[in-house]
Amino acid sequence: MKPQSLFDKLWAHHVVVEETADAPAVLYIDLHLIHEVTSPQAFTVLAERGLKVRRPDRTLATLDHSTPTLPADKRGRLPYATKEAEEQVETLIRNCASHGIRLLGLGDPKRGIVHVIGPELGITQPGKTIVCGDSHTSTHGAFGALAFGIGTTEVGHVLATQCVMQRKPKSMRVIFEGLPPEGVSAKDLALAMIAKIGADGGQGYAVEFAGEAVEALSMEGRMTLCNMSIEAGARLGMVAPDDKTFDWLNGRDYAPRGDDWRRAIDDWRNLVTEVGAAFDREVRIDAARLAPMITFGVSPDAAAPVDAIAPAPASEAERLGADYMKFNAGRPFTDAAVNRVFIGSCTNSRLEDLRAAAAVMRGRKVKKGVVMLVVPGSEQVKRDAEAENLHRVFLDAGAEWREPGCSMCIAMNGDQGEPGDLVVSTSNRNFIGRQGKGVRTVLASPATAAASAIEGRIADPRPYLEVSRDA
Amino acid sequence: MTHEPFKKLTSRTVVLAQENIDTDQIIPARFLTTTTREGLGRAAFYDWRYDESGRPRNSSVFNGVNPQTHRILVAGSNFGCGSSREHAPWALADFGFRAVISSDIADIFKSNALKNGLLPVTVDDATHKALLASSGAEVTVDLETETVTIDNGAAATFKVEPFARRCLLDGVDPLGHILNQMKAIEAYERSHQ
Repeated sequence: MKPQSLFDKLWAHHVVVEETADAPAVLYIDLHLIHEVTSPQAFTVLAERGLKVRRPDRTLATLDHSTPTLPADKRGRLPYATKEAEEQVETLIRNCASHGIRLLGLGDPKRGIVHVIGPELGITQPGKTIVCGDSHTSTHGAFGALAFGIGTTEVGHVLATQCVMQRKPKSMRVIFEGLPPEGVSAKDLALAMIAKIGADGGQGYAVEFAGEAVEALSMEGRMTLCNMSIEAGARLGMVAPDDKTFDWLNGRDYAPRGDDWRRAIDDWRNLVTEVGAAFDREVRIDAARLAPMITFGVSPDAAAPVDAIAPAPASEAERLGADYMKFNAGRPFTDAAVNRVFIGSCTNSRLEDLRAAAAVMRGRKVKKGVVMLVVPGSEQVKRDAEAENLHRVFLDAGAEWREPGCSMCIAMNGDQGEPGDLVVSTSNRNFIGRQGKGVRTVLASPATAAASAIEGRIADPRPYLEVSRDA
Repeated sequence: MTHEPFKKLTSRTVVLAQENIDTDQIIPARFLTTTTREGLGRAAFYDWRYDESGRPRNSSVFNGVNPQTHRILVAGSNFGCGSSREHAPWALADFGFRAVISSDIADIFKSNALKNGLLPVTVDDATHKALLASSGAEVTVDLETETVTIDNGAAATFKVEPFARRCLLDGVDPLGHILNQMKAIEAYERSHQ
């Protein structure tokens, strides 16, 4: 038998009806995550057609996109950005109640960004197919799951049938060779990869991340890397599970226990790419030569080392980015003054991310005039961070410590910048207007974002790491 | 869901030559708090059409576009990248578009568009260049023959995934097809759980 890749194995295991020339495969979905923004119209279709949710036990809901990150007032009212946002939240609450779906809603100690809570609860597991009406569903691939974003029509398909129709994508392996230098995080690996293959370089591919640098990454780091697959156009990113994966899952709410746990690990150990498995494309990146990365354009592939010089635009797309971002060609990026810093999002809002930012900020202040928001990815992350007093580091520095949610990544809950602001953000998209009308977004790692908050300009985090190590 | 069948469309084009037009451009996130899919045409490319104070931008290519006669959007490569929001094709379709042509269309957008009677057409670079250079041209997109013709010139071919093509030609959603597989789905569940 032909050697199989991790992706081949995950795919084959979930085919209900094989793909033919006339029709895509019918693929079984083990876990369907839903949230308030992309689900209401799917429930409407179900109601119109008189269909029920086929497997509420395989469906899990949370509230994250439209929810305020400021606490409720004295009367218990949350400061929603609009009446519509509140109605959207109430719609999901109603839909979950009437279909028997577990909702980690407001006030629930397990609520959080959908791609943070899946792994946190241990419901994200190796070998599962996981979908969500959200393009960053690729995050869950960090556990050796087949996880991808779908549209609302497909959300309806999965609610009604627990299946989607898909043709098997091509396969790509991205191998990060060597170990990254200190100060180079998973976010920097991701941005370097996107810069190399382009914002559409992964289109039509399922990507497996491999190599020494990926094996060395923590689970949080692997989630960050898989999360950003979609910014290279790939719907799917994955990493083969290993002992780190199992250690993460062991004892979590939904993880198997006792004999079931041992059997699960035996199965999961088979979820690796066999020697000689074929990929349609292979990309190699020398991790040892990477530096902390930032983006300087309006597409995530416009990324460069933080200590680089702003280039003169060489194409129409680069000119668009340069006109909008207003970096001075020929000057270092670190000359650019920063108005806001955002630490959060499904890319970089986990405990490790907050620790990395706090390590840079401990005992320092946010530069006068800079607004800094730190938004933990979940209630659990918030509690864990507070148990370590990380929130004190941010608050003492003059940053805001908010309630969990997507916040300024998508800027649909009222958290956003002012026109013209330069925002250093640990989120995933630097699109025009993404963080508010006229806002200029620079994507970076938590350490780079924290260093930039201190200096009030784009800053290299590495000098801060040396100081904190010496201390 | 059913939609109007798509067989053949002859219409004028609106050209947006920019590359990497993401779904946040097509419909900004602040319009996503809706719980219905209707009426999103007003939000399509909102920040391209209106300035910060909500006044129409003089420079917008959408000025003078008649949605009844300009039903084909021609865009730069990697159109529809970014967020999976199906609100993007809902907004474009509600605005009046029935086809989007590019050299390269992002996966999730393409999949969403196909389910909403909005035909995503990927053409070769030469045809793409010709379309980008002829804003307002009369273009015919024929899904039955899978051809694109500019101003009665030579036809270029394109490919649409066969199942999605059948659904578009018939004006049906694939949900019925999946529901018809319920016996296989039940058998899968019995053998895998």
